[in-house]
Amino acid sequence: MSTLAIRNLFHDKVRLAVTLTGVVFALILIVVQFGLFLGFLETSANIVEHSGVDLWITAKGLPHVNGGSPIPERRRYKAMQAEGVKEVRPYALVFANWKLPTGAQEAVQVVGFDVDSRLGGPWELLAGSVDDLKGDDTVIIDRHYRAKLGGVEIGDTVEINGRRARIVGYTDGVRSFTTAPYVYTSFKNALDYIPMTQDQTVFLVVRAMPGVALDVLKARLQRVVPNVDVYTNGEMLSKTRNYWVFSTGAGVTTLMGAVLGLLVGTVVVAQTIYAATVDHIREFGTLKAMGATNGYLYKVILQQALLSAVLGFAIAIVVAHFVVEGSRSGDALILMPPQMVAGVFGLAIAMCTAASVLSIRKATSIDPAMVFRG
Amino acid sequence: MIQIRDLYKTYGKGSAEVHALNGVSLDVRGGEFLVLMGPSGSGKTTLISIMGCILQATRGSVKIDGREMVGLPESRLPAVRLRHFGFIFQGFNLFPALSVRENVEIALDLKGVHGGKARDQAMELLTRVGLADKAKRFPADLSGGQKQRVAIARALAGDPPIILADEPTAALDSVSGRTVMEILSSLAREQGRAVVVVTHDPRVLEYANRIVRIEDGKAVTEEEGVAA
Repeated sequence: MSTLAIRNLFHDKVRLAVTLTGVVFALILIVVQFGLFLGFLETSANIVEHSGVDLWITAKGLPHVNGGSPIPERRRYKAMQAEGVKEVRPYALVFANWKLPTGAQEAVQVVGFDVDSRLGGPWELLAGSVDDLKGDDTVIIDRHYRAKLGGVEIGDTVEINGRRARIVGYTDGVRSFTTAPYVYTSFKNALDYIPMTQDQTVFLVVRAMPGVALDVLKARLQRVVPNVDVYTNGEMLSKTRNYWVFSTGAGVTTLMGAVLGLLVGTVVVAQTIYAATVDHIREFGTLKAMGATNGYLYKVILQQALLSAVLGFAIAIVVAHFVVEGSRSGDALILMPPQMVAGVFGLAIAMCTAASVLSIRKATSIDPAMVFRG
Repeated sequence: MIQIRDLYKTYGKGSAEVHALNGVSLDVRGGEFLVLMGPSGSGKTTLISIMGCILQATRGSVKIDGREMVGLPESRLPAVRLRHFGFIFQGFNLFPALSVRENVEIALDLKGVHGGKARDQAMELLTRVGLADKAKRFPADLSGGQKQRVAIARALAGDPPIILADEPTAALDSVSGRTVMEILSSLAREQGRAVVVVTHDPRVLEYANRIVRIEDGKAVTEEEGVAA
């Protein structure tokens, strides 16, 4: 590392602060926006991802998992006849109203699943047991939403769509992409909370026999069960993610925010590095007169830019860590996996390198004879 | 050491053409303290710039140790400068963010001397100009004379055979100027280097072996100096 690069960078503390501020803000913006995007990907379809379901049978034209409409429950028997099916269970995911102690209503999504098979059931259980849902009027919520749902505790009794419900457990980190939290209950109980008759279900969820090709089984089910669509779990995952993250524009907006952060950061860093180069132009001229090649000057400027990148990255990641931690208790989940940290480091390097291009061009154009012109 | 023949330098084109040098011929020998004098705009700075391979001549010949420099590709000039020249500037041109020792070390770094070896050589050079005790100071902490002595130490880094100095005493008081000139003259007298000084300062003349007066881009007179 060139001593001149280090010293020039730290010599002007105000300029260093401006450069680092630019890098830090840009990187935090990128981390937060991209972390939000990853959070969207995670929460938009987590209920599908963790369902353990192999195939989903739905009403025709389903837009996403949260937008199902009822189908006759008796289709289950048709589905069970298909070769390669291990079990078929009813499954409901329907919006409902949760009555708060104040009397106000809060939207929730009731998830009714088959408790014996656990297909589509909750994961990351913090308190209580899935078997507790075999009791009448029992529900499990995520602890993150306790305050939102009226500061409820295990054992409290509440009302969902005017029907009694008792909280018997908490999950941890089962977050909803919409503002409506998931409320897990047995399919049987769910029928009390949602506007559906006993002979209806929203989905039929299928577990295949081990070793059965899901594409083949999907085609078979599509043939034997009339007037339904069949999706593999992967297809349902993509369908739901695409809808929430891309069709609604939420994902694109956050990605645009990340790109904007990158552009703003590059411009700010380019300006400060360019201004620093102009300020040191006579020194670069002296170096050239002394015999420094353009390559030597590039090295000094690039090293200054890379040092800014590394310092800015270190500060940004510490700040971003707190932002990410803070998001755990907020409504919008921000994720910062190690791969993203590595990617952001790469972006910081790329951003600062790109920002130094103008300065390098300036340094190249220096006429070393300037040193003799007083 | 340096052989200049029929050297021309023209700036601009057409009606804006300026002839800075009009057929200068000159020899610079090792161990010689040569002073270039002349009024402002006479072509002294252009001549020293071409001599130091910082600027390319329009035509003519500049040979350094017998090797022609005019027409050499721009990309090869930095290596020539590194090998043959040490430069001293009127405004010192030290690096304000670097310590005194680092200012010398950077010249060594350019010449491929790094780390502990560069530190030792820098200290040796600073000792030679009497500034070893200021090694950790920064240029802003030094007087003008001290800054120019650091510049001399830097110019000597890598042991170049030719020292080119542009108005080295112009920004100095008489005592500091005298100290600087004594160091420069010793470089020629005791170490056999060629020292070329461009100056307006008549105090420099007493150190010169030879004085060349430049006017209108030509070497009009050449005379022996007091030190000849």
